[in-house]
Amino acid sequence: MENLIRRYGRGLTGIFVLLVGFWLLMLVILPNFAMFEQSFRPYLPVTEIGGPRDVYSLNNYAKFFDAPVEWSLFGITLMVPVHVLSFLQTIFYSALCTVIALILSYPLAFYLAKIASPQSLPTLLLLLFIPLWVSEALRAFAWYVILTFNGPLNQLLMWLGLIDQAIRWQQGVLTNFDAIVIVMVYCYVLFMLLPIYTSIQSLDTNQIEAAEDLGAPWWRTHLRVVIPHAKPGIASGCVMVFMLSAGSLLVPTVVGSTRANWFPQTIYTWFNDSQDWQTGAAYSMIFLLLCIVFVILMLRLFRVSLSDIAK
Amino acid sequence: MSAGIDLENVCCDFGTFRAVDNANVSIRPGEFFSFLGPSGCGKTTILRMVSGFIEPTQGTIRIGGKDVKGTRPNQRPTALIFQNLALFPLMPIWENIAFGLEVRGVDKATRRRRAEELLKLVDLPDAADKMVSQLSGGQKQRVAIARALAVEPSVMLLDEPLSALDLKLRQHMRAELRAIQKRTGVTFIYITHDQGEALAMSDRVGVMSQGRIQQIADPREIYNNPVNGFVASFVGENNIFQGEIQNPSGGMARYVTPHGTFRARLGDLGGMPGKLYVRPEHTLISATPAEENSIPVTVGDVSFEGSFIAIHATSDTGAHLTAEIRNDGSATVPERGAKLYMSFAPERAAILPDANVRG
Repeated sequence: MENLIRRYGRGLTGIFVLLVGFWLLMLVILPNFAMFEQSFRPYLPVTEIGGPRDVYSLNNYAKFFDAPVEWSLFGITLMVPVHVLSFLQTIFYSALCTVIALILSYPLAFYLAKIASPQSLPTLLLLLFIPLWVSEALRAFAWYVILTFNGPLNQLLMWLGLIDQAIRWQQGVLTNFDAIVIVMVYCYVLFMLLPIYTSIQSLDTNQIEAAEDLGAPWWRTHLRVVIPHAKPGIASGCVMVFMLSAGSLLVPTVVGSTRANWFPQTIYTWFNDSQDWQTGAAYSMIFLLLCIVFVILMLRLFRVSLSDIAK
Repeated sequence: MSAGIDLENVCCDFGTFRAVDNANVSIRPGEFFSFLGPSGCGKTTILRMVSGFIEPTQGTIRIGGKDVKGTRPNQRPTALIFQNLALFPLMPIWENIAFGLEVRGVDKATRRRRAEELLKLVDLPDAADKMVSQLSGGQKQRVAIARALAVEPSVMLLDEPLSALDLKLRQHMRAELRAIQKRTGVTFIYITHDQGEALAMSDRVGVMSQGRIQQIADPREIYNNPVNGFVASFVGENNIFQGEIQNPSGGMARYVTPHGTFRARLGDLGGMPGKLYVRPEHTLISATPAEENSIPVTVGDVSFEGSFIAIHATSDTGAHLTAEIRNDGSATVPERGAKLYMSFAPERAAILPDANVRG
């Protein structure tokens, strides 16, 4: 603080502090706190708000565990609350999106950072960025068109002779979530690519050559030299793609099948269709908390610290 | 264990730029061979071709008699020490050193033992579990050498590894490198732009300029009998005269310049014009004219360099000359403005062409 005042003077420092304070308080803390507070209140007619029935309880949170449905996993049928199931599926498929995005991004990031010629790099990056200039909604709709029953993807695959008859992508081939996973990977892959690209770029090329010179085959060079160096980038890309996927409402709404329920859609239903903001708030809190727990567990598992990601 | 290296008519082009032009050299097994030259002369390109990161555009490279065309760096019996060392900062020292063994599937206990042996060899016995960032420049240097030695290469390639060190440490590491080379018997190919380093350490030196090898010889020969002006100037200082050759006979010739007529050895000019080169330490000063090759001069700056004293003077005809006298404690140093004579023995002066370049 002393340092800031010395460098920028009292006036400017004051403005900085006020702006940051406003951002933190008004845009982060207050809305979340308001939702947190709401989540413990019952859903009441307007006239009864503030009345004797308006007391704090955990009832909204309890709804998460209502309505068990049958769910078979590896041949075992379990009774799972429908919203818990939706949550687990959301986490699982978001993680799947993250893994696919990572597998797609890493080689490309390595190519861009270490192999592509400096002359072609601006063009390549531009080509990658152009889709990002179009809104996510439009990109999702574009994929809706691509994936339709008589759409270009099916026609192409049939023309190539890879399939005999058109596939109902939105209903899913392998799972009910095929279309959602495909489109989410497409929408969020750049958020994986860029941090990995940046971190690989900062690796001294001599280290790659040194590993090769000492006899390492290419895969070991990646395993022992490139990936450890790129780990912070990989971790921040993974966190980004996971949170964007898990929190996406638009993609599942546009391309999701009727049999696939993404958890944000459940929250949206509480807020919008049921007008029950209190339960919606409770679900949001649950979702936020569990996602944070999941991310922290994953970071632990892969031995990444939060300070690495901040780099 | 150590292998010789042969370069036959090796050329390397980058686009239209020829980085290495028709290099022919035969490096003997167990030899300490240096490529010496200014930056951009193609010496690093030669090193990268031998290690396998660049394929020559033309010509053949043989390591231990075997043509290595198409062999990747990880399949060659060479170990490269990079200019910036390229140690792996995320691995402890012993894993750095044992990386080449890890790659070869050696078990962990053996790897660890071997790393510690090598650390003893390079005089860093307690560094095994430290990280790279905890070491000083000279220590990192040794770790890089140990890491390269761990794979038991037939040939070690060193790309100006001492350039980042300070003077004292550099001199110390010179001796150290030389000792390690003699102890292990591995062929060393050393790249440097520092002529002192090359002359002090090497069995033989290849001096390069503009992609061409100018001269390959032992350090003494390079310094005392340079084949051309480039080599003469790159490895030391010279007094240079320009003039006309007269009466060449028996390897000697008269050389007529505006500053006088001199007698000197005649180098292999190959049809090119030549200049006369004399080293300052072979230039003598005297109060009276010498028998031959004598020039009357007026003393200008006298600079005291510690082990020697450099006397800069201008001849009556306008030539700038330098003579170096050894500071043996009793040397009499002429005053600025003193009139005296500078001379040189005919066999210490040579008439040489400029340089072996395309054109």
